[in-house]
Amino acid sequence: MHNRNKILMVFAVLAVLLIITPFASSYVILLVTQALVFAILAMSLDILLGFTGLPSLGQAAYLGVGAYLTAILATRYQFGLDWSFWLVVPMGVLIGAATAALFGLFAVRATGVYFLMITLALGMCVWGLAYRWNSLTGGDNGINLPGRPEIGIHLANDTTYFYVVFGFFVASLAALYILVRSPFGRSLVGIRERELRMRILGFNTWLHKYIAFIIAGGFGGLAGVLWAHLSGHVSPQDVILATSVDALLMVVLGGSGTLVGGAIGAGVVVFLRDYLSTVVPWWQYVLGGVYILTILYLPGGLMGIPERVRNRWPRSDGTGEREKLQSVSH
Amino acid sequence: MSSRLRGGFSWIAAAGLVLEIGASPAPGAAAEELRIGFVAPMTGGFAQVGKDMSNGFQLYLDEVGGDFAGAKVKFIVEDEEAKPAVAVRKAEKLILQDKVQMFVGGLLASTGYALAPVSTRLKTVYVASIAAADDLTQRESAKYPYVVRTGWTSSQPSHPFGQWACDQGYKRIVSIAADFAFGYEVVGGFQKAFEDCGGKIIQKIWPALGAKDFGPYIPTIKKDADAIFSVMAGPMSLQFPKQLAAAGIKKPVLGGGTSYDEFVLPSMGDEVIGHVSALQYSAALETPKNQAFVKKYREKYGKVPSYYSESNYTTAQMIHEVMKKTRGKWPGAQRFIELLSSIKIDAARGPVHLDEMRNPVQNIYIKKVEKKKMFGYPNEELWNVVIKTYPNVGQFWKYNKKEFLKQPVYSRDFPPCKYCQ
Repeated sequence: MHNRNKILMVFAVLAVLLIITPFASSYVILLVTQALVFAILAMSLDILLGFTGLPSLGQAAYLGVGAYLTAILATRYQFGLDWSFWLVVPMGVLIGAATAALFGLFAVRATGVYFLMITLALGMCVWGLAYRWNSLTGGDNGINLPGRPEIGIHLANDTTYFYVVFGFFVASLAALYILVRSPFGRSLVGIRERELRMRILGFNTWLHKYIAFIIAGGFGGLAGVLWAHLSGHVSPQDVILATSVDALLMVVLGGSGTLVGGAIGAGVVVFLRDYLSTVVPWWQYVLGGVYILTILYLPGGLMGIPERVRNRWPRSDGTGEREKLQSVSH
Repeated sequence: MSSRLRGGFSWIAAAGLVLEIGASPAPGAAAEELRIGFVAPMTGGFAQVGKDMSNGFQLYLDEVGGDFAGAKVKFIVEDEEAKPAVAVRKAEKLILQDKVQMFVGGLLASTGYALAPVSTRLKTVYVASIAAADDLTQRESAKYPYVVRTGWTSSQPSHPFGQWACDQGYKRIVSIAADFAFGYEVVGGFQKAFEDCGGKIIQKIWPALGAKDFGPYIPTIKKDADAIFSVMAGPMSLQFPKQLAAAGIKKPVLGGGTSYDEFVLPSMGDEVIGHVSALQYSAALETPKNQAFVKKYREKYGKVPSYYSESNYTTAQMIHEVMKKTRGKWPGAQRFIELLSSIKIDAARGPVHLDEMRNPVQNIYIKKVEKKKMFGYPNEELWNVVIKTYPNVGQFWKYNKKEFLKQPVYSRDFPPCKYCQ
């Protein structure tokens, strides 16, 4: 498939999402919004995992600092509840990036499973702070936000908030797409494929990885700001290892190294978990089954389906099959 | 619906669901239906507690045939996974999609804090039947006008318990409690009442929530303490008395209510015999009402009811009382809370009514674990035998409400440990 067709398809799916979501039930709107927030987190992780080859188990930390910053500013200083919301967004990005800049000093020198362990440990440090720094974070009880910001448009309305989050999602997708297509993004892929060769070619691979790490942290912080206002409540539960693992699974499920794969993974996980769990009590088996089947049969994630199908049936003729293809490759 | 999902986990399937839901009419336009949402953990480490909670409510519904004074009750249970963020999402689902008139439940204190703002934002009644975080009905109660509590505040049983411990002649007590808000509040209430009466808390130990090995903590317990006060949650409750006994410590052990609740009591060994705890309920309460409740519950679910079950059973009973007053018509959120605040009922746990901050005033029972036969059951079992009753205890105990609310909420550092060396 040509690159232009792919982009057009993403546009088409986004447009469909934008048009039909407001007509869905209020709960589904909330779920789509939640999926978009986690999509930003998953895409930020994909920069590390998919493009640079660094499997991070601490991405929730950046979501955490962004969310706590938003909550603390809002409750202590009533900051970010009006137009200043537009200042909180870059602040959230900056604090995520700054945290990543600090953590990156420890983490980036490691690779493979060591990188996994270090990021896990650093993520748990943020959890520990959130849990124990009672006077600032409210400890286990977390922080309740006073409400969504009033910025001329009525953000308290879930549909309006969906539009805002959708906007941030599209902007993030575009920014990250440009990033991975840039020479910088290409060199990240080079590092993933063979770091030694890149080093011999004269690239400062440490710096490249460090910058990628910081960028991923920044987008994680953005997801945190949006998450805090979506949920209205920030607690150490948002920062726990399970959130990081979720992000990792979303990327793997959707297909790493594809950007949109993370978004698809986020959508599937959020809907299986928060929608299916309201329908049937055995939703966990479905979620577990999907993970196992994906890992066993789709190493490339859901985004790998079109290619596999094309390899098996050189000329696909069933219309049903074609529909399936389109549905997963946005 | 599941077959549709199996067809391909894709946005198309999701969109199909979306459209389907969007097209379906708002459920239950009929006036006689009372829709009650229920959030409790149904999966994960706290699933059994969640089951106890919903079973209690369900038992009452079955007794009255799902009919509250003419209103047909639609009872919708949602899994909150013991995570605040999930609880919020599920409560929103119950309100926005199922159009419930109220939602009940929430296990952990943190979940209670997270659910309260949802009730304010969406103007829907939240009945906190378990979540015991003090401030929901204390310093922050004005923020949450739609929250009403039918359970307890964490420190409520601790105040009379501190007094009781002092009356027994204990002078120096060491506390060992799970390191989270609930632990702080239970210990805080105990410490305040105990020290106001002349006792001294000489050491506070905070093992992490979910700790299984108390090896690092038990040897540090001060040798000159008269007694140990423990607050455990979940599996910790089982481990701590065992390891304490194994370490050969023979000091009297007092505990917060959840340390010895019937939820864990049947799984405990004889080492807990003689341990004393305080709560607003005991399955061993020898009142006809409770005896009938225990028998019915045990027959249906095969186990003795815990306070988690009783609290939700009583919650259902209280909602029923309100509906009797309105003859089965939903009175609106505000009026419902007024009515609920005004009723007095005779529950399995004893007489219950709400104070002006919408928290129950109820008996607090000091209970001692004993092995005996009760209620005609054939085997000797562990029971929380009531040894003293403090009638009609409110959340402020004997303290002046205004002054009480001026002090900060009980925490790791409050009240300060004046006698710790």
